[in-house]
Amino acid sequence: MSSLRSWLNSESPESRAQARAAAIYHGWLEFRTNRLALLGLWILVLLVLIAIFAPWLSPHDPFEQNLSNRLLPLGAEGHLLGTDSLGRDILSRLIYGSRITLYIVSLVALIAPVLGLFIGTVAGYIGGWTDTVLMRFTDIFLAFPRLVLALAFVAALGAGIENAVLAIALTAWPPYARIARAETLSIRRSDYISAVKLQGAGALRIITRHIWPLCIASLVVRITLDMAGIILAAAGLGFLGLGARPPSPEWGAMIAEGRRFILDYWWVATIPGIAIFIVSLAFNLLGDGLRDLLDPKSGGSS
Amino acid sequence: MSQPAADSSARPAVRSPRSLWWTKAGVSTLRTLGMILVTMLGLLFVTFIIGRVMPIDPVISVVGERASKEVYDAAFISMGLDKPLVVQFLVYLGDVMRGDFGQSLLNSRPVIEDIKRVFPATLELATLGTLVGVLVGVPLGVISAVKRDSWIDQITRVIALIGYSMPIFWLGLVGLLVFYGVLGWVGGPGRVGIFYVDVVPVVTGMILVDSALDGQWDVFRDALSHIVLPAGILGYYSLAYISRMTRSFMLEQLGSEYITTARVKGLSEWIVITRHAFGNIKVQLITVIALSYASLLEGSVLTEIIFAWPGIGSYITTALLSADMNAVLGGTVVIGLVFVCLNVFSDLLYAFFDPRARDKT
Repeated sequence: MSSLRSWLNSESPESRAQARAAAIYHGWLEFRTNRLALLGLWILVLLVLIAIFAPWLSPHDPFEQNLSNRLLPLGAEGHLLGTDSLGRDILSRLIYGSRITLYIVSLVALIAPVLGLFIGTVAGYIGGWTDTVLMRFTDIFLAFPRLVLALAFVAALGAGIENAVLAIALTAWPPYARIARAETLSIRRSDYISAVKLQGAGALRIITRHIWPLCIASLVVRITLDMAGIILAAAGLGFLGLGARPPSPEWGAMIAEGRRFILDYWWVATIPGIAIFIVSLAFNLLGDGLRDLLDPKSGGSS
Repeated sequence: MSQPAADSSARPAVRSPRSLWWTKAGVSTLRTLGMILVTMLGLLFVTFIIGRVMPIDPVISVVGERASKEVYDAAFISMGLDKPLVVQFLVYLGDVMRGDFGQSLLNSRPVIEDIKRVFPATLELATLGTLVGVLVGVPLGVISAVKRDSWIDQITRVIALIGYSMPIFWLGLVGLLVFYGVLGWVGGPGRVGIFYVDVVPVVTGMILVDSALDGQWDVFRDALSHIVLPAGILGYYSLAYISRMTRSFMLEQLGSEYITTARVKGLSEWIVITRHAFGNIKVQLITVIALSYASLLEGSVLTEIIFAWPGIGSYITTALLSADMNAVLGGTVVIGLVFVCLNVFSDLLYAFFDPRARDKT
């Protein structure tokens, strides 16, 4: 352990891997001091574990209906969080629902930033007319009402998780494009880029190999902060019946289902909402922590 | 403002800073107007794509799957689908310009009529929500900036964090459960109780205003008890945003040198904070409030469904579930246009009042 630590703390790293590991280690040490961010991280790690081990963790089959056991209260025997209107175990459905949440979040987190990164870096690096056109395009998308537009997209494409993901991603990329462009503008004229250019690298190579890696940090921060909004949007679409289809244990859809009984059987709709709240809170905490760490100048929270 | 003519003719070669200011402001206004136009065109283009290009076959959504070949072809031509896309888009633009969003497939009425009927309800809700957000959020933000790291700052931070993380429709449900179901403090879903439906003549479409105009105070009270909860919940969201922004604006001002100067001059802390620091964040604040108002107009979609509020959000969702594309797109365009206007309006204000932003353009 101590030899690993001294390797990580070495003043003169001997390899690129060692330097990189040291940088990550020191970042982690700093991150660790932020209790709330750490809490957010642990919640998300737990969520991933729950999603992976869902079949072993859940006490019942999330789709198994049992009408004689419908709307059981919290703490009922064998059903810790009660059952819903079809007698399905709410805890098991929550556990399986974490898979859907993670699926949506990771898909959006893949599509939107990559699209934004591409548009932003191309605009920033090439400049001139390309820049103007691409950025006007971005501004236009930025001025749109996101939820309503996502609604219209899903309405045209048809309900379903994939379409919900697509709709959210299509409305989520503009901020990433702006960030990527700003980063590109600040490094475009730096000496190392000129050096690479003199070695004969083309625009494509410079953008993908030498500009993209430097945009990643600020994008990651933004993605983490956006995740909460994405989860809420996905849950909203699910609640409207436009996301996951009915039997699927998507948290937003579960709220919609329990909504009819809210006055008499409050837990059916309330508990999935708490799950959504905890996960998006975790993303917000983690995002705040990462922002303070990676981007100290815009530390709005401190 | 009215300078003597002799004064300006005395120095004809040098333009006074004020006229330069106006020229710059004029240019930036024109620029912004152009931006509004382009953005709106973009919005209409997107809704056009969604409505005409994306569905597998827009004709089938109108005539149904079992329509005969003749009916199908007639609909195909009457919808203008045989023309090139550019022409179709121009026709669509013209229609929207005249306020023609087509007919609702559900009730065969022009969509624009429906929207005119439901929009005031949304406006009423979002306006009241923004009012709550501003009246509570701004003081909270100012106090937490002045008393930085105190307990009140921590509480504000927690309130904002919870606001950012909570699904709005869920909060609405829980609010309904607690304040209506359990405590019985507020009216239930809908705009008024069942006894008061349609008793007030429609003037503005906003029931609080209409009932007050008509002097029907019992209706007013009833409507108020119904709007308090949804407006409060929307207000909470705008409060979360507004208080955070106010706080960071104030911190920026309070850290600058002119504040120290004012304090050294012996001004009271109250004057320093209210006149000097707060006076300088007003413009930024108006921008933030405009943005938050726009997002409430949009955010009210989910809230309206929870509270059975007959606004544009409920209208769009009902249309969505019955595949009434004309109504969906009409609603989207209207919300989008208002959204874009408020968005660009806040940019414009910023450019107009903030000398630093003005010089950049």
